[in-house]
Order: sequence, then C-alpha cells, then structure tokens
Amino acid sequence: MRIACPHCGERSLDEFLYSGDATVTRPDFASPTAMDEYVAYTFERANPPGLHRELWYHAAGCHAWLVVTRNVSTHAITKVELARDAAPAAKASTKDAV
Amino acid sequence: MPNTRYSIFSVLRESLRGHTGWGPAWRDAEPKTDYDVVIVGGGGHGLATAYYLAKNHGPLRIAVVEKGWIGGGNVGRNTTIVRSNYLLPGNIPFYELSMKLWEGLEQDLNYNAMVSQRGVLNLYHSDAQRDAFARRGNSMRLHGVDAELLDQAGVRKLVPFLNFDNARFPVQGGLLQRRGGTVRHDAVAWGYARAADGLGVDIIQNCEVKGFKREGGRVVGVETSRGTIGAKKVAISVAGSSSRVTAMAGLRLPIESHVLQAFVTEAIKPFIDGVVTFGAGHFYISQSDKGGLVFGGDLDGYNSYAQRGNMPVVEDVVEGGMALMPRIGRVRLLRHWGGIMDMSMDGSPIIDLTPIEGLYLNAGWCYGGFKATPAAGYCFAHLIARDAPHPVAAAYRLDRFATGRAIDEKGMGPQPNLH
Repeated sequence: MRIACPHCGERSLDEFLYSGDATVTRPDFASPTAMDEYVAYTFERANPPGLHRELWYHAAGCHAWLVVTRNVSTHAITKVELARDAAPAAKASTKDAV
Repeated sequence: MPNTRYSIFSVLRESLRGHTGWGPAWRDAEPKTDYDVVIVGGGGHGLATAYYLAKNHGPLRIAVVEKGWIGGGNVGRNTTIVRSNYLLPGNIPFYELSMKLWEGLEQDLNYNAMVSQRGVLNLYHSDAQRDAFARRGNSMRLHGVDAELLDQAGVRKLVPFLNFDNARFPVQGGLLQRRGGTVRHDAVAWGYARAADGLGVDIIQNCEVKGFKREGGRVVGVETSRGTIGAKKVAISVAGSSSRVTAMAGLRLPIESHVLQAFVTEAIKPFIDGVVTFGAGHFYISQSDKGGLVFGGDLDGYNSYAQRGNMPVVEDVVEGGMALMPRIGRVRLLRHWGGIMDMSMDGSPIIDLTPIEGLYLNAGWCYGGFKATPAAGYCFAHLIARDAPHPVAAAYRLDRFATGRAIDEKGMGPQPNLH
C-alpha cells in the first residue's frame, strides 16, 4: 500500500499518519442534543467493509491532510484528495465564511 | 453424543488398536428451527460462552453458528500469550479470573491445551518506565496478582542474551509475571468445542449470519446462509467483525477494525524460555513448543478487514527484534499473517446488553482477546443467562463512553490505533 500524495507523488506508507474516518463531522455545540451528538462524533464509527473515506496526514512529507478513499477489504486506494477540498468539515466551514 | 474421555488409559487402548477408535471431537450439527440461545461466532470466545452457559446456567438449548470453520479465525491467528498484568481496577479482576480459569482449564475441559506458565517479562529502558512498571506491579499485587520488579541483574539471570547495553535503549530491568505464559490456541478452540458439544451444544459451521429476525423491535432469531434460526436470545461474539454484524441490527459501535500482523520463524533449538517484550519499541517474542520464534508488534494503524498488512510495520517489528536480541537476525522467517482486531475507543472490551432487546454483545477486544477467552466466555454466559453483568466484567459497558467511564489503560484517548 502506497499513497499518491497530490503534492509529493506516490510515497511509502511510513511517511503518513492515520486519523480515521473522514465522514464524521463536528456537531454544533449549541444544538439541544449536542451531548449525544458529540458522543456519536467522538466515539461511534460506521467501520464498514469495502470503500472507506479516511484522513491521512503526510507527516514526513508536505504536511498536507489528505482524504483517501480506500477499499479496506483489499487495501486498494481509489482516490486521494486534499482534505482542504474534500473533508465535509472543511466544506461546512467554507460555507459559513461565505 | 458423549465423546470419549481422554486419559492415559484411552491413549494406551488406542495405541494398541492403531488409533482407529477415536471419534470426532464434536458433532457436525445441523441447525434446528429454534434455540434458547444462539451465539454468533464460533471462535474461542463464542465456544467458551457456549460451554459456560451449558455448564453453569443450563439446561439450555444452545447453538453456536460460525461463518467458517472452528479455529479458522482470530483464535488461530494470535500469538498465544496469556497474562493478567493490568493496571486499572476495571481490568485486573477480570484478567485475573481469566488467568485462574487458564490454570484449571485442561482438567475442566479434559483437553490438553498446553497451558505453559513460562513467565511474561516486560522490559523497561528508562527511569520513568521503571516507575510506571513499579506502579503497575503494585496495582497487580494489591489485587492479589503476582508481579516482580527485576533490576538489570535479575533480567540477566533470566535472559542473558539480550542487548543490555544498547546505546539508546539499555535494558534497565523488567516487570515479571511468572504465572503468565502461553497456551496452544487451536487446542483452546477445539477443547471448548468438544466440551460444549459434550454438554449438548450444537456447533454449526459454514453458517453465515446474514441478518437478524425481529419482532416488535426485539431480536428473535438470526437469518443465516443455512436458513432462519429462531432464538430467545442472540449473543454476538465476532471480534474483528463486530461492527459489520451489529450494523445488520442498526447499531453503531465505538470500534474500528484494524489489522495486526504476527510472525513465526523456522524451528530452532530451545532458546527463549518465556515471553519477553521490548519496552522501547513494540516487540514481543516467545518460542513455541515446536521451536519456532513467535513474535509481533504494533498494529498497522489503519482500518482494515483484509487480514494482511504492509511492509512498514514488518520492518518496524524486526527492527525492534534486532535491537533487543541481535542473535535472532540469522533465523529465517517461515510465515507471517494478519488478523482483524476490534479496536475500541478506549482499548478495553465490551461485554454488555445492547439497546436492542434480546441482543447481547461481546466485542472490542483490541489485541488482548486470546488471554481473555475463558473469562470472556464465563462472564458473557453470566450476562446472557441473568441479564446482569458478572461482577468482574461490570465495567465493560457499552455506554461507558457516553457516561465518562472509559477504561483507558494506556491513556491514549479515543484513538483506536494507539491502544
């Protein structure tokens, strides 16, 4: 398994740090059910077989956060994007800023 | 079917008959239409659960349904180490119960599981690590578990061939649990299967659960590749695949599945007595009775259901091995493989009721499931039979993350790949 970083090209796995499921989004702390939502956000994961969108950090490279789409049953990587563009949390905050 | 009781006499009798009289160790059961309890997953934990349910809480009609075959999953993929050297109050009494059950297991099951209390030695390499180990050792002793803190001379007596004067990570000493050791893992699965079968449990292999049968919210059975099986209670014991199975009931778990690799070398003459762990990296090693060196290290660190890992962790593990005992460098690697771990958010397991009536969960064993096999079965059986947790497993609640009662032995926070 090697990850094709959009900045650095295909690199060895040991240059990257893994940070889990990229599809969870930080809830609104002012929501009336914020407590339950934060428990789900912090601890609960779908953990599916097959395709998984996940966060990787190119720690020994360009320091970019990436969203990698990978089949966790075969380790085949189908897509690597910059988290800045792809992460749902990033999208939400950009929308807020606009 | 009452199976033959194994003894010196049965071995002698069969040796005179050319070993033609041994029957199968358990029946190849066909699924019936309904049971009192259906256990999903015929691994070590599932079989132990069935055994203790039948033995301590019977009479009950019990079935174990297994997607593959007995002994083909994580119970045959671990590195066979047993120990109870934990720090936190939620963990120690549970793992010590497990240790005590290991100590009586072979007599209880009438099966040679090769329980070998050859000692588990955790090495420390700095003053801070020594203090942390002393604290853990004291915590164990306060709970009545054996622990000895050794200095460097004490370690030299046990394992003189380590690289004691490594410039970066000198071996300063170690925390020794003499009652820890290894157990032949396949024999654990086979022994529990045979003993459970002897008590009337149906072990149904090649039977994959495809869904749950529900009635007004309650789980009343399982849909399988071999038809629908009704059950008053359904117990999930499928570590590695827990999230996939509970997803069929609409339940999300505080678990990520990760791959852990293990390695075995060609067989060599006896050389390492016990289990030795390197505290400066993550490397642990023991020698099997066949002579192979069995070792492993860290998780690969990313979600996986693939049962195989990648080269960076292979390199990291052998670097750890070479730093600790350079003499293993010339031994050739025979096999290496991966197993899928239920990595929970605090590094501790879950044995609890679920929000769904009739559905029970045993999951989240991280990479400590094998040593827990007897106690997990014992406590899960208690939970299923009585709808209340066994006192030593009472902390392993599913809702502990929401209530702030996480049991984070390593203090890593909700990062499954760091536990």
